[in-house]
Amino acid sequence: MKKKEVLVLEELLGSNKKIASEIREKLEKKGILTINLLGSPGAGKTSLLERIAERTKADYKMAVIEGDIETERDAERIRAKGIPAWQIITGGACHLEAKMVGKILPEIPADLDFLFIENVGNLVCPASYDLGENIRCVLLSIPEGDDKPKKYPKAFTTSDCLVITKSDLLPALPFNLEHAQKEALQINPKLEIFNTSALKDSGINELIEYFLSALHKLRQKNA
Amino acid sequence: MHELSIVASLFEILEEKAKEQKAKKILSVKLKVGALSGVVPEFLETAFDIYKKDTIASESKLKIEKVPLKIRCQLCGTEIVKDDLVFICEKCDSTELKTLSGTELLLEKIEMEV
Repeated sequence: MKKKEVLVLEELLGSNKKIASEIREKLEKKGILTINLLGSPGAGKTSLLERIAERTKADYKMAVIEGDIETERDAERIRAKGIPAWQIITGGACHLEAKMVGKILPEIPADLDFLFIENVGNLVCPASYDLGENIRCVLLSIPEGDDKPKKYPKAFTTSDCLVITKSDLLPALPFNLEHAQKEALQINPKLEIFNTSALKDSGINELIEYFLSALHKLRQKNA
Repeated sequence: MHELSIVASLFEILEEKAKEQKAKKILSVKLKVGALSGVVPEFLETAFDIYKKDTIASESKLKIEKVPLKIRCQLCGTEIVKDDLVFICEKCDSTELKTLSGTELLLEKIEMEV
């Protein structure tokens, strides 16, 4: 018997990262800005997308990839707004992986402005998987509580922007907005923060402006 | 709980490396898991023990080195091991920090019988 030690030094999620980079490159070349939405179940990811769709439909083209453990419900909600949507049913898996997005990629229209990927509702696992996005958004809804950024650090440290949702509930619940924002910025000083309410249709424009400015930068880079 | 799919990725690499080396079996696997890697080492161990059955690594042991989160301030050069997740330099209050280690999820080495 001969023993041998092999030094590998390979990232365990290296293959996901590689596929994600290829996706990002393909979409960037087409001038499409890709946004990965992370958040707990019920944080308001689909409602936020519905509002964004209503606001941008006249001037911009978007499509949505929906990730869920079961059902086509979210994709149907998006399609009802006249937006093309693809549903990935993970069949139990708690997150999307780049290869799942890669399978849909050939069907994505080339003339899009925005491609949104709504991840499986979960603040833990999706944070480890790059899907080829340009912007990662983490959602935090008021009913979840203001202590979440430090409890789920990976989701907040790997995100570019924090979208606080259901802000219409602030008067009704003991959620300290300042505390939540401060903690989020402590673990990620570069985080852009937006306060929104899909119900009251507030703060959505600011978020769209942020996406538009990123889209503009991406296309400038291409030119 | 995405540890099982991470272990599945690990086994893809293990099988490839074992084939390259024409190994008879894998004896041990050493990982480096950062404090901010997003995975729980104990769950990785459980997932590994479930997954290894009927594979070339069925008798192997998983060794995990936990790596603390270490950052360097880009302004004053201070290096700090962070356990409070406050990404502000303790010396000069700068937020221009570089992560040196603690986010990795790495297969470091494999011990095999050839």
